[in-house]
Amino acid sequence: MKIKLIVVGNGMVGHAFLERLVKSSGFHDFDITVFGEESRVAYDRVHLSSYFSGKTAEDLSLVPVGFYAEHGIDIRLNQKVVAIDKHAKTVTTQAGLVMDYDLLVLATGSYPFVPPIPGNDREACLVYRTIEDLEAMKDAAQTSKIGVVIGGGLLGLEAAKALVDLGLESHVVEFAPRLMPVQLDEGGAAVLKRKIQQLGVGVHTSKATKVIEDGEQSRHRLVFADGESLETDFVLFSAGIRPRDELADLAGLVKGPRGGIVINDQCLTSDPHIYAIGECALHDGMIYGLVAPGYAMAQAVVDQLNHKPAQFVGADMSTKLKLMGVDVASIGDPHGTDEDAKSYIYENGPKEIYKKLVVSADGKKLLGAVLVGDTEDYGNLLQLKLNDMALPEHPEQLILPSFSGEKVGFGPDALPLTAQLCSCYDVSKQDLISALDEGATCLADIKACTQACTGCGGCTQLVTSVMNFELEKRGVAVSKAICEHFPYTRQELYHLVRVNGYQTFDELLAAHGEGDGCDICKPAVASILGSVWNAYAFDKKNIPLQDTNDRYLGNMQKDGTYSVIPRVPGGEITPDKLILLGEVAKDYQLYTKINGGQRIVLFGAQLSDLPTIWSRLIDGGFESGQAYAKALRTVKSCVGSTWCRYGIDDSVQLAIDLENRYKGVRSPHKMKMGVSGCTRECAEAQAKDVGVIATENGWNLFVCGNGGMKPRHADLFAVGLDRETLFKYIDRFIMFYIQTADRLHRTSTWLENLEGGLEYVRQVVIEDSLGIAEQLEQQMQALVDSYACDWKRAVDDPEKTKLFYNFVNADLRDPNQVYVRERGQLRPATAQERLESIELDVV
Amino acid sequence: MAEFKKVCQVSDLIDNAGIPALLGNTPIALFYVKGQVYALDNFDPIGQASVMSRGIVGSIKGQLVVASPLYKEHYDLVTGQCVENPEVKLAVFAVEVRGAAGEEAVWVAQP
Repeated sequence: MKIKLIVVGNGMVGHAFLERLVKSSGFHDFDITVFGEESRVAYDRVHLSSYFSGKTAEDLSLVPVGFYAEHGIDIRLNQKVVAIDKHAKTVTTQAGLVMDYDLLVLATGSYPFVPPIPGNDREACLVYRTIEDLEAMKDAAQTSKIGVVIGGGLLGLEAAKALVDLGLESHVVEFAPRLMPVQLDEGGAAVLKRKIQQLGVGVHTSKATKVIEDGEQSRHRLVFADGESLETDFVLFSAGIRPRDELADLAGLVKGPRGGIVINDQCLTSDPHIYAIGECALHDGMIYGLVAPGYAMAQAVVDQLNHKPAQFVGADMSTKLKLMGVDVASIGDPHGTDEDAKSYIYENGPKEIYKKLVVSADGKKLLGAVLVGDTEDYGNLLQLKLNDMALPEHPEQLILPSFSGEKVGFGPDALPLTAQLCSCYDVSKQDLISALDEGATCLADIKACTQACTGCGGCTQLVTSVMNFELEKRGVAVSKAICEHFPYTRQELYHLVRVNGYQTFDELLAAHGEGDGCDICKPAVASILGSVWNAYAFDKKNIPLQDTNDRYLGNMQKDGTYSVIPRVPGGEITPDKLILLGEVAKDYQLYTKINGGQRIVLFGAQLSDLPTIWSRLIDGGFESGQAYAKALRTVKSCVGSTWCRYGIDDSVQLAIDLENRYKGVRSPHKMKMGVSGCTRECAEAQAKDVGVIATENGWNLFVCGNGGMKPRHADLFAVGLDRETLFKYIDRFIMFYIQTADRLHRTSTWLENLEGGLEYVRQVVIEDSLGIAEQLEQQMQALVDSYACDWKRAVDDPEKTKLFYNFVNADLRDPNQVYVRERGQLRPATAQERLESIELDVV
Repeated sequence: MAEFKKVCQVSDLIDNAGIPALLGNTPIALFYVKGQVYALDNFDPIGQASVMSRGIVGSIKGQLVVASPLYKEHYDLVTGQCVENPEVKLAVFAVEVRGAAGEEAVWVAQP
């Protein structure tokens, strides 16, 4: 005879309970019925605002199609439970259905609190909790220009993001003197407020809304207690949640003085057959408004149903999130409520970063932390707090930026086995180790076994580092082979090519590899052959190795056409050359744009036109810009001492010289350089792989900076250099990078993975600790001496120019390429435009 | 009965790489690997452009493939099947090499 289990509520926690129960061994002992008030199965309320940035209700669903049916769970949506008879052990639905239970789980969640402000029921005054709410918001937004969120907590800011996504002028009104009053201290909240204001969202703190009345310009006017007012078309209440505990009253279950169904550590209510979990439950005086504690409660109940002792003993409310693109995190007690607590604060005004640590009176334990603008330290700090670990001698180092050397932290080994790595799925270090014991060998296995990293994903870095450490401890070699054809790293292949003198891919493959090669190893080897021998990419034996950009010496665009980017050293260009570029662009109807590297790009060139386009450019004095290659792109410069009132030295001349020296040198990934004529740094040299800045005492050299997806500020490498030493160091630095980096690692990634870090590079390059400095210089000089313009070689050789055709057997254009005129130039038609075939230009 | 059309000379092919050609009105890609010629649709169904001939030829676990130069999906040279997505497949065309030694030409079946 199965046990009749009824679950009331199908929200995130209700579903998480079922998900966990289904996986447990005792699942088959139960006959399960679920009642949901909404018409949808459980969906992700945490990411509701993504509904306005493109996600659909289906995307938000947490329940795989067919999940309940497959497991024989009777799910009844649109059926609100309105009564419980705990003596008869029955529930009654709104439609009058009465059903028996042996055990009951209440997961009724919460409802948004709407403050009792007169006028709160006017038109377009909404809340933010369900998909129906979102639809109502969408409708209201159509007749609105301005939207206001009342409530500046975590959810309120998330809701403000939704208003921004709906295209409204957005404001946040908060009763407290600061945003996120629960999680942030004054300093952190002030930085957050500035950042959010910069995004164009109005922030109004210390504002108590007294009444919502008719507006003059807009639909409503909010009148505040201080007499000020704010006009808006749309009001969204996000002033906290209240537990859905009505059923408890009817059933006679004990409630808290301010609501919430009281539960004990077993998550049992005052009735031994009724559990309550999630936001409807009151545990030790706390309502937990986050999902992770709800999930922990769900797990505790599942464990008990499987006859395992389990308790819910409260949950950590630490949180890390991105609010409108701003990183915010809060750990433990960020306010230092314990009066003996001490705090450390780091604030970086220009970068708008705020960090605060609250530590115990003896300075040994972390009590809380606030991070705004940079939450990289969150993982470290959270582990210190959760595991009650001893702080380092100078705790402030945990939040100070590291300009040189290693950041103070602790290895994965320092974490106790009980340390929780993933809070969404409560995965401990012990769980991870058990998964490894059962045969997991990579992150994908760990995800499949433990679900770690599959919730919010915030723990991925920590889980990976613990996993790698544990794997290494077991002596499992993490395979570093480049692909299935070569059991070597890129660095090893580089040495094989150099030492054995291999000139072709086939020689290398025959001697050290197997199979046919692939799109990973072929371009990597092509790049190595380029770095070592300056092998010509467009040589017939090298063509099959090249990515399409290198193969046709141009960057392929989405429609299959190419871009043409001639070199403009240092960004300096004569009027005649500008005119020539304009003429060529006009003749071939090429879309023209200045890119981020101080160069002019002509887009949309047909394959068959590339040789004639380049012939004209070469005749006019241009050469290839190697924009298609993993090689030096540009050396960006400011105008320097020649013109600028502040210039200390001639940055343009140096940039031209650098560009001419290193152009065409093939490297593991692209390289960018910059030269600034003074410390005002207009060339942004510190965001480049190699950056040079003029000072009164000579050139300062910076290395391993990066913009792009993961920006990295360059490290100061050497100061006060003369020209000769500067070039010497750069020669050595680049060659050392080329020799030792992995495939497609920019210098910044290379440095981060290099044992010994920046100090090691300094020793090799400046102090010549390996005794290879001269060799590196010679190797670079050989590359410089054998430089030839890729395009000059191609257009001078009729055997090569004849390889540029659209079809081997027809002198025709690609019929798939169609264009639309926009802002005076041509661009590829979108898929929609092709379908509608409106005013298309076939070039 | 498929009709074979002469497309180009074998000497036009590039060893271990692809070239673009027209078969009637259809852009196709011809790959020349270990003495075999393979003909596939040149249109990349995922990237939506006629670029397959510019992909890198190689093998995955012994199976000959070409990688799309746009988003790097792999397609089996023999069957046209996309390795990463079972629902995507390139059309493949039968190929014959005809003609006297030194003047061999590539003939492709027009469906």
